Amino acid sequence: MEQECPLGSEWATEGIRIFEKRLCRDRIRQSYLEIIRFEFGRIREEIMPKRVETVVLHDSSTPVLGDVQKGGSVVLTTVDTLLSQARANALWPLTFGLACCAIEMMATVASRFDLARFGSEAFRATPRQADVMIIAGRLSKKMAPVLRQIYDQMPEPKWVISMGACASSGGVYNNYAIVQGADQVVPVDVYVPGCPPSPDALIYAVLKLQEKIKKNKAGTWKELRLVEGLTGPRTQEEVKA
Amino acid sequence: MSVNLVKGVVKPILAGFGITARRLKHKKVTVMYPEQIREQYPRTRWRHFLTRYDSGLERCIGCSLCAGACPARCIYVEAKENTDTERYSPGERYAVRYEINMIRCIFCGYCQEACPTGAIVLRKNFELADYKREDFIYTKERLLEEYPGQSDEPFKGHYATEPAPVFQG
Repeated sequence: MEQECPLGSEWATEGIRIFEKRLCRDRIRQSYLEIIRFEFGRIREEIMPKRVETVVLHDSSTPVLGDVQKGGSVVLTTVDTLLSQARANALWPLTFGLACCAIEMMATVASRFDLARFGSEAFRATPRQADVMIIAGRLSKKMAPVLRQIYDQMPEPKWVISMGACASSGGVYNNYAIVQGADQVVPVDVYVPGCPPSPDALIYAVLKLQEKIKKNKAGTWKELRLVEGLTGPRTQEEVKA
Repeated sequence: MSVNLVKGVVKPILAGFGITARRLKHKKVTVMYPEQIREQYPRTRWRHFLTRYDSGLERCIGCSLCAGACPARCIYVEAKENTDTERYSPGERYAVRYEINMIRCIFCGYCQEACPTGAIVLRKNFELADYKREDFIYTKERLLEEYPGQSDEPFKGHYATEPAPVFQG
């Protein structure tokens, strides 16, 4: 790349050339993700057969293919099946007991109920190593920002189980001090009613969460939830969907 | 030295393994939950059900005593007059709307105690966890479902394949 140099010396021309090369490389690096996104979007929309999201059952009980909502990718679904199996069978909860529900949560891990049978025995004391946050107990308004911060510190993919009436809706504590539902602070995947829920009920919630994770079919890179920096945190709407 | 080795190392290890060996004889305490359900106590209170008389009429008369007794204020009852053409309950009135916010309920059983006709009962179905908040508003249609099995029978879970084990204490 030849260019007029104001200094007129050769080393400056060379320097500009190197600089432009680097600039070019950075630009490529920046647009790298966009290219991937564009290419996969094109493949999804044009080439790959589209995955049918909904099957509408009519009165004759004959399955009729419903509207095509979203495209699917062969590569992504295969990777996602593998990932969701791995993720669902090793859900490490975060030690986050807020009140009396935490006692039942501890009982769940003990030998009579033995949450270890589902790969969830490793309660982590740091959010960096946890997959699922079990909000066990009433969430006060003073605790809410702390809860949110700890949720933000958890790496993707992450899930939340709201355990008990107080965490899910406020329960009997309909007053100035308690958050009326933890889903006002963090997106909740599974709600468990009960005051407190028995260990069986919590295990059932873990099983429901596993079912949800296994059912997840990624159509986009964002739904694959590999790196949070790439996808950004999930919104409440995405959790509900 | 050798005496110390036996006394300080070998003996405690053997003693420790002795405890392990003795524990091996004990009964296993783990209940294999999704397949088996542990025997529930007789007065276990979980999911609500609205019951009917043998004639098919609803027991609920829409008096809202359950809603008044509820400490969490999670029950909503709207009553309506029975007519001769549309008769739902034997009394004057019936509940045209009966909703329980299952996520706010604390399963204290006060509604069951307050009910003059024994319409609302709490049975042993504890598998209530769900994904969406809206699904926890149990309407009258859902509450009028039949409890699977006898009323004092322990709940048979969604995944259950084996009979409930004998309660081991």
